[in-house]
Amino acid sequence: MTNQINWEFPQALEDEAIYILRETAAQFEKPVLLFSGGKDSITLVRLAQKAFYPGKIPFPLLHVDTGHNFPETIQFRDWLVDSLGLDIIVRNVQDSIDQGKVQEETGKYASRNALQTVTLLDAIEEGKFDACIGGARRDEEKARAKERIFSVRDEFGQWNAKMQRPELFDILNGKINIGENVRVFPISNWTELDVWNYIRREKLEIPSIYFAHEREIIERDGLYWPYSEYLNTTAEEVPYRQKVRFRTVGDMTCTAAVISDADKLEDIIAEIMEAKISERGARIDDKRSEAAMEKRKQAGYF
Amino acid sequence: MEVLRIATSGSVDDGKSTLIGRLLYDTNSIPQDKMEALHAASKRKGLDFTDLSLLTDGLVAEREQGITIDVAHIYFSTPTRKYIIADTPGHVEYTRNMVTGASNAQVSLILIDARKGIVEQTYRHFFIASLLRIPYLVVCVNKMDLVEYSEARFNQIVEEFQQLLQNASFKAQDVAFIPVSSLYGENVATTNGAINWYQGPTLLDYLEQVQFDHADSIHPARFPIQSVIRPRTTEYHDFRGFAGKVASGHFSVGDEVISLPSGQKSKIKTIEQFEKQLDTAQARESVVITLEDEIDSSRGNMLVKTDQQPQQLKEIAAQICWMDAQPLTPGKTYLLQHGINRVKAKVQQINYVIDVTNYQQTTDKTSMGLNDIGKITVKTASPVLADPYSVNPANGAFILIDEFNNTTVAVGFIE
Repeated sequence: MTNQINWEFPQALEDEAIYILRETAAQFEKPVLLFSGGKDSITLVRLAQKAFYPGKIPFPLLHVDTGHNFPETIQFRDWLVDSLGLDIIVRNVQDSIDQGKVQEETGKYASRNALQTVTLLDAIEEGKFDACIGGARRDEEKARAKERIFSVRDEFGQWNAKMQRPELFDILNGKINIGENVRVFPISNWTELDVWNYIRREKLEIPSIYFAHEREIIERDGLYWPYSEYLNTTAEEVPYRQKVRFRTVGDMTCTAAVISDADKLEDIIAEIMEAKISERGARIDDKRSEAAMEKRKQAGYF
Repeated sequence: MEVLRIATSGSVDDGKSTLIGRLLYDTNSIPQDKMEALHAASKRKGLDFTDLSLLTDGLVAEREQGITIDVAHIYFSTPTRKYIIADTPGHVEYTRNMVTGASNAQVSLILIDARKGIVEQTYRHFFIASLLRIPYLVVCVNKMDLVEYSEARFNQIVEEFQQLLQNASFKAQDVAFIPVSSLYGENVATTNGAINWYQGPTLLDYLEQVQFDHADSIHPARFPIQSVIRPRTTEYHDFRGFAGKVASGHFSVGDEVISLPSGQKSKIKTIEQFEKQLDTAQARESVVITLEDEIDSSRGNMLVKTDQQPQQLKEIAAQICWMDAQPLTPGKTYLLQHGINRVKAKVQQINYVIDVTNYQQTTDKTSMGLNDIGKITVKTASPVLADPYSVNPANGAFILIDEFNNTTVAVGFIE
């Protein structure tokens, strides 16, 4: 069977996500939307805008800034917040490092990806947020395939995969005990293609790094790494310029680029349909072991 | 594009994960890096073939034990449809996960090992598919390669299954049988000619042609109000809209509606979907409805059409599946959540517990344990605006929540 491109977005997914967002606003006292600047959280912001229109989005955004973000992502974040008049809280991983709560990783694979969990949990505690809305999708990764829509985390942010509440029909049980919080995943049932088709249908702006552009990269382990001051390189790893784009937006130290000329949404979607590599295959943080994501989720990653 | 939800269930070794893996593989849904990871993982396990089942068993404990514990969601699409598979474990200990996975499905896929025929778990899966009134049931007789693709064996299993259908509580279910070999991809997405006596569709062809015209839209109109939107901005100073998802039926501008439980009547002024104005909202659409008159309605109320009102139940008879390790005790209070509404509820009586393999009812039970299915009577603190599950599934189910630890302990289907 050949991969024909289907440009049509399944409307049922938007209706479901809006229902989930409205339940979140109604069932919890202090929800917050975890915003990374990536396409999934941009999609969430759009859904929230639609869910409460013509009212305002009734909860703030929370961005955990690792300090290793692509500058393009930060510029985009500020533009989006400004143009939609959103409330945003920014917390910095650098502060957690300065407070001695976490230690910077060393070596050539050093990244702040694992560190941001501590900053996130601190921010949740500080803001007394009882529901954190995230853009994780079940098709991304095997452990995420088992995630509930309302996923209860204990006081330490931990996910207990074997003790998950049954979730039936569209009945969402957001009742929690003191100290617990819920991670809410409105786009659980969306695939990467669904997200792109939605961005296309809604004509949403996204950070420029999703489109093909020239930048300095190095090759390591068969992947193209964006070269930056945050990446620890060896003498053999010589940066060179190449036309690339990013399929997902993480930190500059843990997101690999793909070589591409796609500079329009349609080209990106066509590329995904033909792509030989899965979306999280470009996430170096997932490559650490087969159970990398499950372990991070148990620890409070979202 | 339509979304079709499928629930799969099977026994430990009947090749369910392999079947799903095959479906993904044959629809080009597995990216190359995932394929390579599969080759590597299969090799590590000492297998001389690529074990497609490793695609779906996501948790560490599952990979260690080679079984599926929790519901996994798997996605693939064809040019016409998006598919969501809820892959559920077949063990008796995981009945609750099976019910969970099946709760949103339009198609239930049951696997039978051609060598073993109908086993205890087949009865359980079938019972659950009936209980949940899943419109389509497809029985895949798998591992046909191990019975030399025997037509006689296939027919024998079909006949045995027909017996089971006689007991079915849900007679309108559409049932199909397909002989399959997941390992060799026979009749999953393609046919290679090994089962030439079978003229029917492959599994994928079957799924592609399943008709589901959203039965919900022919059911009575129900609009549970999730929240009231009142922006109080200069532009929308007097705007007062009811946000919600149409549970069943449909609503059009101009329809006369009644808000329950207050009983106040009005007419639909507008139906809005963000900046768009709609004439009609169909089942499952998330919209905002405004009314001609200022009536006092808020979260938990329900808009219905004046001539199609639901029951207002304070005493509920329901089939339930108990889902908690702590048993159900009559007399204890729980929270009953019907749609988005929670009310206090007291379990009055356990009418019976049913053995799903032979439909035997035990009437003298004083408690219900994990994975038990039976009928109970519940009294609620205030009326529940419901329909019988058999009449309108979208407004006929509820969950019970433990008041102390807040976990979901049961799902119920109103009689």
